[in-house]
Amino acid sequence: MSVKTSRRGFLAGAAASGLVIGVDARGALAFGVQAKTRDFTPFVRIDTTGRVTVLVKHLEMGQGPATGLPTLVAEELGSDLSGIRVEFAPADNEHYANTLFGVQLTGGSTALSNSFLQYRKAGAAARAVLLQAAAQDWAVPVAELTLENGTISGHGRSEGMGAFVETASAMVLPEDPPLKDPAQFRLIGNPDLRRTDTPAKIDGSAQYGMDVHLPNQMVAVILRPPRKGAVLTGFDAAAAAAVPGFIEAKEGVGGVVVFAEHTWAAFQAREAIAAEWDLSGAEARSQADLRAELSAMVSAAPAYEARADRPMTEIAAAVAGAPRQVEAEFFFPNLAHAPMEPVNCTIEPTADGGVILHDGCQFQTLVQAMVAGALGLEPGKVRINTMFAGGSFGRRSNTDADYPVEAAQAFALTDRSRPVKLVFSREDDVRGGYYRPAVAHKVRIGLDESGAIAGWDHRVAGESIIKGTPFEGGMVQEGGVDPTSVEGTRDTPYRIGGMFVGLTDSAPLSTVLWWRSVGHNHTGYVMETMMDQAARAAGEDPLAFRLKHLTGDAPDQRRMAGVLRAAAEAAGWDDPLPEGRARGIAAHKSFETYVAEVVEISQSDGRIQIERVVCAVDCGLAVNPDVVKAQMESGIGYGLGAVMRNAVTFEGGEVQQVNFPDYEPLRISDIKAIEVVIVPSAAAPTGVGEPAVPPAGPALANAIAALPGGRLVTVLPMAENGVTFA
Amino acid sequence: MSIKLKINGTMSEVEAAPGTPLLWVLRDTLRLTGTKFGCGVAACGACTVHLDGMPVRSCQTMIEDVGDSEVTTIEQVGGEVAEAVRQAWRELDVVQCGYCQSGQIMQAVGLLTETRSPSVEEIDAQMWGNACRCATYQRIRGAILRAAEILEA
Repeated sequence: MSVKTSRRGFLAGAAASGLVIGVDARGALAFGVQAKTRDFTPFVRIDTTGRVTVLVKHLEMGQGPATGLPTLVAEELGSDLSGIRVEFAPADNEHYANTLFGVQLTGGSTALSNSFLQYRKAGAAARAVLLQAAAQDWAVPVAELTLENGTISGHGRSEGMGAFVETASAMVLPEDPPLKDPAQFRLIGNPDLRRTDTPAKIDGSAQYGMDVHLPNQMVAVILRPPRKGAVLTGFDAAAAAAVPGFIEAKEGVGGVVVFAEHTWAAFQAREAIAAEWDLSGAEARSQADLRAELSAMVSAAPAYEARADRPMTEIAAAVAGAPRQVEAEFFFPNLAHAPMEPVNCTIEPTADGGVILHDGCQFQTLVQAMVAGALGLEPGKVRINTMFAGGSFGRRSNTDADYPVEAAQAFALTDRSRPVKLVFSREDDVRGGYYRPAVAHKVRIGLDESGAIAGWDHRVAGESIIKGTPFEGGMVQEGGVDPTSVEGTRDTPYRIGGMFVGLTDSAPLSTVLWWRSVGHNHTGYVMETMMDQAARAAGEDPLAFRLKHLTGDAPDQRRMAGVLRAAAEAAGWDDPLPEGRARGIAAHKSFETYVAEVVEISQSDGRIQIERVVCAVDCGLAVNPDVVKAQMESGIGYGLGAVMRNAVTFEGGEVQQVNFPDYEPLRISDIKAIEVVIVPSAAAPTGVGEPAVPPAGPALANAIAALPGGRLVTVLPMAENGVTFA
Repeated sequence: MSIKLKINGTMSEVEAAPGTPLLWVLRDTLRLTGTKFGCGVAACGACTVHLDGMPVRSCQTMIEDVGDSEVTTIEQVGGEVAEAVRQAWRELDVVQCGYCQSGQIMQAVGLLTETRSPSVEEIDAQMWGNACRCATYQRIRGAILRAAEILEA
């Protein structure tokens, strides 16, 4: 076994030789026996017993790539998915890059879509050379042989494919191995496939970053500034000395780094330290200031034009002159991602002067470079052991690699002889920034005589995710528009008679970051509640009104209309509801996937209960239909929980929330039932991790507005703005 | 202080300061890392273990209060109910990120041990304190109903 890898531990017990299919230095498919594969990056390994290992280049944080990518290989190789070993790939930007981004990153709901052909080809190449090898060994025509479930058969013979690994390793790899005809798929699209990671996640054996325990490791926690911009002026750690297991406290990483022998000692010692801060340059604004600032911005002329079908003044005039008008202003608070596993990272020194990071790492390319920079190492000296991640929702991939760099900085405060495990508490997570931006929208819609949208004037103001980061040059558009602030508005599939989208950036009270579905989590809410409000003003059914604005057979309109119809049909949209019940519908396109949702609620004694959510998704070919359904369920829950009751708020610059009791997650009783319909499609697969989030909130809001005496909730979260949930 | 604990059927002697939560003795001292740290304030249930068969939050169970009680963790929870729960969890592929699932399973085993055939309302009430940020709740509920069915068969 000589495959280049940064992972420890898994080498033991593997076969001494085997067939490896991967990519060479030019990025072309390549293969060989392991002993000869030094310049060679593996995707698939097959040992002489026929055991198949798939190297998964994406982080498994719940969305299923550790199942989806092996499914692609197994399909082409003719293997059984359950027999495949899964390993996470090392940091290697040259070969394990996300083919859509050019960097090793899991995000943007692309893990499956960017790997779809790459991993199938790896499986197909393995199959082709193994068949050729068997044909050569048996001296029979290759066309007469088949490979199914790890066994090569034909000409009256049958043998496990492992027997041909040695011969195959000396053969010429086909340049373009034939891929299966989709009609022959056994695994792709099979609803009975189960996740590869379930067994380890139900017996406690799955290893997350938080579970790392290296010999002689120290645990570090950081006493952090109480507000953005606060500067440490001194601290007293005398009381911490009484905590058994406390090692030392040092100034660094923007605060005080507390080192201890174990986690509980680190937490206790941190509690015992008194720190003093210079707050003269610190953020001092409060939630009311933030709201007032954003509200003023959406009422003034925007700084940037994101879409202007006609000049702004012309569209504003068309709206003002329309026979019917609808107007609303919205506010979305900051949100924490709050993955179940508080983020953490362990830095392990190696004998060659480098380090190994143990991390549920989402953005290997950036983390490797940033940690190397923090430690003064060549990037090649920073290896990454990517582990299971206990959720992310965007938190683990950010533009400054915050927590791996903090771990490196803490490690650099030591003599670098002991591994350092940096751990966040839940309080660090909830209070520590990297929030969904706070955003305001103001929309004015004009309807013509026929009840069609004649003008849509849309102003957005909020905290830019991209500006001020290393990605600004590559992502912010000429004219100054951060596309993540307006995605989902200007690119709406609805045919709108004249749209203007303006944008103004505000100064964030904390660091901001993409949060599951990025800009779509607020733009979807605004677009889809305003469509309902417009339908109401036009006196039309919300579904019919939407379909009226999705005419024609272009893919955007056809697919959006398709999910709307499918969700409405499954939900019984036209069936009468008993008293005290209401339905709301919403649809949104994000990450090339179309999702429509119908939320049905009941109201009793003024309390609202979500009875049922029906979802229809068009994500192209559904490779693992049950994973697709699971991601719809997940996105619906994540989106609804946030709009129902989550907000990070500020008082005098300080975050007011502390932990789950005041940043209350969705609970099991909040949604009684979810049904998911997958719209059949042969189109290329698109993302599913995020696209169920955007329609969930507006579908709920539209249902609440549809109750007798109901109104549209324009300030979130709902529970703090007049809605009482059961 | 030195304290004796019966964990997963084995007596262990551990060194821990009074006031140390059982969670950290399990995770950092005994390396039973299947029991997860999620919030530290008994608000998420990721740290759920059994004390004499009853689900408790190990982050709020002080080590000196364990006494003679038998601690069972996800690594060793067994028997008819646990097997039914695991089978149902596999059949429905409940897990996503998986981080909360040890706690979910320990809570579900406790529920089904007490109530063989729970109603949906009983499930929601008993599982309310176990948070899942991936929102796998629909499958958790379905898997508990399925486990009850398996146990009845």
